[in-house]
Amino acid sequence: MLRVENVVKIFNRGTVNEKTALEGVTLTLSEGDFVTVIGGNGAGKSTLLNVVAGVYPSDSGHIYIDGRDVTKLVEYQRAKYMGRVFQDPMMGTAADMEIEENLALAMRRGQRRTLRWGVTASEKKIYRDMLATLELGLENRMGVKVGLLSGGQRQALTLLMAILKTPKLLLLDEHAAALDPKTARKVLELTDRFIQERTLTTMMVTHNMRDAIQHGNRLIMMSAGQIVVDVSGEQKMRLTVEDLMVEFERASGGDAIASDRMLLGN
Amino acid sequence: MTQYILSTVSLGLLWAILTIGVFITFRILNIADMSVEGTITLGAALAARMISTGYSPYLSLLAALAVGMAAGFATGILHTKLGIPALLSGILTMISLYSINLRVMGKANISLLRMDTVYRGLETFLKNNLGLHNIGLGGIELEKTLAVGIVGAVVSFGIVFLLYWFFGTEIGSAIRATGNNHNMVRAQGIHTDTTIIIGLTISNGLVGLCGALIAQMQNFATVDMGTGAIVIGLASMIIGEVLFGKRNFLLRFMSMIFGAITYRLVIALVLKLGLHSDLLKLFTALTVIFALSLPKLKEISATLARNFREAFGNRKGGMPHA
Repeated sequence: MLRVENVVKIFNRGTVNEKTALEGVTLTLSEGDFVTVIGGNGAGKSTLLNVVAGVYPSDSGHIYIDGRDVTKLVEYQRAKYMGRVFQDPMMGTAADMEIEENLALAMRRGQRRTLRWGVTASEKKIYRDMLATLELGLENRMGVKVGLLSGGQRQALTLLMAILKTPKLLLLDEHAAALDPKTARKVLELTDRFIQERTLTTMMVTHNMRDAIQHGNRLIMMSAGQIVVDVSGEQKMRLTVEDLMVEFERASGGDAIASDRMLLGN
Repeated sequence: MTQYILSTVSLGLLWAILTIGVFITFRILNIADMSVEGTITLGAALAARMISTGYSPYLSLLAALAVGMAAGFATGILHTKLGIPALLSGILTMISLYSINLRVMGKANISLLRMDTVYRGLETFLKNNLGLHNIGLGGIELEKTLAVGIVGAVVSFGIVFLLYWFFGTEIGSAIRATGNNHNMVRAQGIHTDTTIIIGLTISNGLVGLCGALIAQMQNFATVDMGTGAIVIGLASMIIGEVLFGKRNFLLRFMSMIFGAITYRLVIALVLKLGLHSDLLKLFTALTVIFALSLPKLKEISATLARNFREAFGNRKGGMPHA
């Protein structure tokens, strides 16, 4: 479903601030794979996600989605293949627009926008049912501006928007990291449910080792722009936080320790 | 007196079109677009030149709309494709238009006295049919004032309904979202460059049209008539928002018209009260400064009030601090 081939990304090339964020990363996701991505600060996990999403162009290498070479497509052109949720709950929605208007924008992801009406009556029914599954009571507040919702509500809505039009690929960039623990759990539960119901191919970046172990069927760890651990299936199910710690220290040459945030989560 | 108010309202109805244009960029796209200072003159200059060389005044409106749109498109290209900051893009268009406007007019001003305008037909009709002179109401130009008011109302309310429809469509929604959150818009597969360019094009088209209508109302166009137009637009917009609410989208657009009229009435009033007309632009700028700084001023006054209470209040509690 997704193939990342030898992708290199260097920021500020040719300056004193030059930083190699991805050092020839190769990764293949099969259809229905739910991979969690962990790693320390600056390991390249968010860069990998953003290079896949087309936010940054890659310096070399190729990216294929569903067999199609999308390397040269920019962010908005790749959007038709993927749903995305960001770390910042403010980033995934338009605050001055109503809940149903936001959903309508997401319903047309990757389609040519026309002069047809932005939200039709028939789709409002669909939105009402979909919102009800979030169990946040938003189905009765469809005309409310999104700016009035809490961070958790906005993140749940962004998640719904990401999967409203079933994506080939779901990209989650630490989407629960900015939420309080209870809300984060709720958003992660929703994430699991949506992914299972629709067998979505998913990449979820997280800082939290426990979340990385508990979710998904595959786990990769990044360090210094490379994938250093890649486990799946049985092996992943047996994985513990301690195992990951050992791997993490080995990957970072033993001189770095995982931050408290990675160990304990939020 | 009645005629004074009437002509003020008529003038407000014409400036309402510029206010709507400013609203599109400043509020919907979240961009401060300075090009309007040049486009309003461009519309006026082109209409004046066309009418004085014998073209139909109606055709001049269409032409003003078109060149205004072209100017907005240019600003959009500068900003999105060439990566120049929005404010500077607008200033560059504005300055370029100064030269272009001089070339369009061929001189610094054109008089349209005794020439055909879009108001002339209606004015003649009113003169022949209302019989205002017979009932002693006929001022020198009352029919003209009425004609301007009617045309202004039809055009500005027509634009409001058209834009209300447009911003409800898929493309319109995408433009509104762009002003909110570029990230989200791109993630939904919308090219933000395109939405920004469309918004600027529509806005400046309206401002060009506004210029053409104003030139025909005042019977002349001058190369510097756009100076301060952005501030007038902002002042009208803010007055509209404060006085007439922001409840729904249609009302927000409508309030631009009422804001523009109120602004004109306020200006007429302060002039009547003896403000020197030289100080008019300063007065307008101060109004905008006050309105835009209102949130900050509220914050400051709340802090002051709290400090005051802490220092002098709570007498019942005995000593304020141990």
